[in-house]
Amino acid sequence: MLSRLSRTTVARTIVRKRFISATPASRSDALFVHRDTPYNNPKIAFEFNPENLKRAKEIISHYPPQYKKAAVIPLLDLGQRQNKGWTSISVMNYVANLLEMPPMRVYEVATFYTMFNREPIGQHFVQVCTTTPCMLQGSTDILNTVCEHLGGIKPGQTTSDGKFTVIEVECQGACSNAPMLVVGDDFYEDLTPQSTKKILDALKKGEKPKPGPQSSRQTSENSAGLTALTSKPYGPGEFCQPEFQ
Amino acid sequence: MLRASSSSQALLRAGSRLPKTPRTTKPRTQRSLATVADTPVRRYGGLRDQDRIFTNAYCRHDHGIKGAMSRGDWHRTKDILLKGDSWIIQSIKDSGLRGRGGAGFPSGLKWSFMNKPGWEKDPRPRYLVINADEGEPGTCKDREILRGDPHKLVEGCLVAGRAMNATAAYIYIRGEFYQEASHVQQAINEAYAAGFLGKDACGSGYSFDVYVHRGAGAYICGEETALIESIEGKQGKPRLKPPFPADVGLFGCPTTVANVETVAVAPTICRRGASWFAGFGRDRNQGTKLFCISGHVNNPCVVEEEMSIPLKDLIEKHCGGVRGGWDNLLGIIPGGSSVPVIPKDVCAEVLMDYDSLKDAQSGLGTGAVIVMDKSTDIVAAIARFSQFYKHESCGQCTPCREGTTWMMNMMNRMVEGRGHQREIDMLLELTKQVEGRTICALGDAAAWPIQGLMRHFRPEVENRIAQFRAQHGAVGFGGHLASAADDTLAIPDNLGLRLPEPTAQA
Repeated sequence: MLSRLSRTTVARTIVRKRFISATPASRSDALFVHRDTPYNNPKIAFEFNPENLKRAKEIISHYPPQYKKAAVIPLLDLGQRQNKGWTSISVMNYVANLLEMPPMRVYEVATFYTMFNREPIGQHFVQVCTTTPCMLQGSTDILNTVCEHLGGIKPGQTTSDGKFTVIEVECQGACSNAPMLVVGDDFYEDLTPQSTKKILDALKKGEKPKPGPQSSRQTSENSAGLTALTSKPYGPGEFCQPEFQ
Repeated sequence: MLRASSSSQALLRAGSRLPKTPRTTKPRTQRSLATVADTPVRRYGGLRDQDRIFTNAYCRHDHGIKGAMSRGDWHRTKDILLKGDSWIIQSIKDSGLRGRGGAGFPSGLKWSFMNKPGWEKDPRPRYLVINADEGEPGTCKDREILRGDPHKLVEGCLVAGRAMNATAAYIYIRGEFYQEASHVQQAINEAYAAGFLGKDACGSGYSFDVYVHRGAGAYICGEETALIESIEGKQGKPRLKPPFPADVGLFGCPTTVANVETVAVAPTICRRGASWFAGFGRDRNQGTKLFCISGHVNNPCVVEEEMSIPLKDLIEKHCGGVRGGWDNLLGIIPGGSSVPVIPKDVCAEVLMDYDSLKDAQSGLGTGAVIVMDKSTDIVAAIARFSQFYKHESCGQCTPCREGTTWMMNMMNRMVEGRGHQREIDMLLELTKQVEGRTICALGDAAAWPIQGLMRHFRPEVENRIAQFRAQHGAVGFGGHLASAADDTLAIPDNLGLRLPEPTAQA
């Protein structure tokens, strides 16, 4: 009886198309299970190129020799960069092999951290921050603008030409410059719908728009003129105790 | 004060009505009660540029070693190191520096935990870990240090590392800060090249290494033990304490985790003197602090100010005031997403320091001020925080894993008012059940914004519930509409569908 009741209320919001054989929809952010697909299976070979291998060796040297696995996050990141922005099962297996740790421990890490994409992404990975400080400054408009301007895709989807992937992300730590979005590694801050479109158009044309605030600001100073740090910075030894002058 | 002066005036007036007594020629030696003077009220704020520590917070100057040295970094660092661990720790203790990451624990005391009696006999290496995993919504202060003043941080690592006799420091920078991480890496490379780090750092005979470790996007890694787990290459799930990191931390060795700002101010405190730093702010809340103001102010910014600056002054002086004037203010979250919101009348009086905000039932947190004007849908704003915590809960402790999801679902219903009046108290009880029952503070952090909302804006939520009820008829617990219930079935009583609704108080 109870289930009947809840079912009728749920039906108002969600169109239910459930068949006997179907499993319930996953409610997690992404499926945590790996299924072999033609583009993502352990048979696809992956190896660091010589340059990245050198970097990997350098990273591993930062940690005690018995704790090689501490390098798993930086190495997965390196692998993701080499593998067109996503971490395939081959990347994880390769990193596990390199660090001499069980592959499961690498899968655990790759599924835990949100910056590892386990599905292919577009050429430009557009991440729009929608947490409260950005939301107060109109990040919902920015997200809608991005989605509409890229042909009406939804957050989490890639455009049909494979150029853009859009996702909603949590706070990126640029709250005084809200609203903001990230493309790859670059922050674009102080956005308006117009400047958002400009950035996307430039990316479509293959140009790289200037990262940072899109307003007249340089960084996170007061936009109406500096209220602090207006004078020349003090030099070495100034105002110090006598023994350190 | 006002009351005191008016009563003394009344006393004077009463005195004048008394019959006059002939004056005695003998001078009066006794002090009368009325002459006691109040100590002058000290106004905080108005920090001068010469007292600002982060002189390149706006990246107007060179962030490389040349620019940094011209701004006084690495100036006689050798002498600081040669002063020894106890001198540095004593300086930090005297300066009254409290951790800038949110908890506000006295830094000198924390660092001294590393030097327990007999620490020299411990053969294990010792680590300093810098927490640059700045993920708290509203917080963007460490970013300015990382990209503008990276040498201050690297020098701070060396000084703090010397104080706790550490062998190496790891700077854990959140993965999203790519640009910032490259500035820090550049600073480290330059410092090694100049002989400031490595074996015989700064020529003091002390050996010290600094490494950058980039995270990969998890808010929970800002918790100290989760951060340690993350550096070790595991999922960022907080550890149970004790043992505390000072005994068993990174790679099983003694470790101290400190915030970027805490560590980066240490060399300047040592050079300019503890009393200089202690001269700012109220007692037990001394120093300067980077505040980051976001939300509905005319000019959001990051600014270094004196501790204990009144919140209103901070906003009016550095951010051009609240959008639409102070009267348009609805509420302020004074310390990042995990502290409760405070309403307008409290905002007008509160000082930006640990104790004053604690008295206002909020907290200084990371000094991230999120301003909301009257156009804000405050319930939606807090509901978004609940969504954030649901997303970022690591899933280790059941109260947090299940509770954050539950709180998010309830808050999302509260946004449109789809619920029963009694559910507000149920939600509050739920937050109390999560709070304090988890390994780390994320459960508490998820609970507090909701408690703050209900403490100050409960009528708003009640109104929404009443409005929704007026439109859609009776609503039971869990947002079930009475109109959608199938009366041919036996429906249990405990769904609240047939409960009489208390009329919302105006």
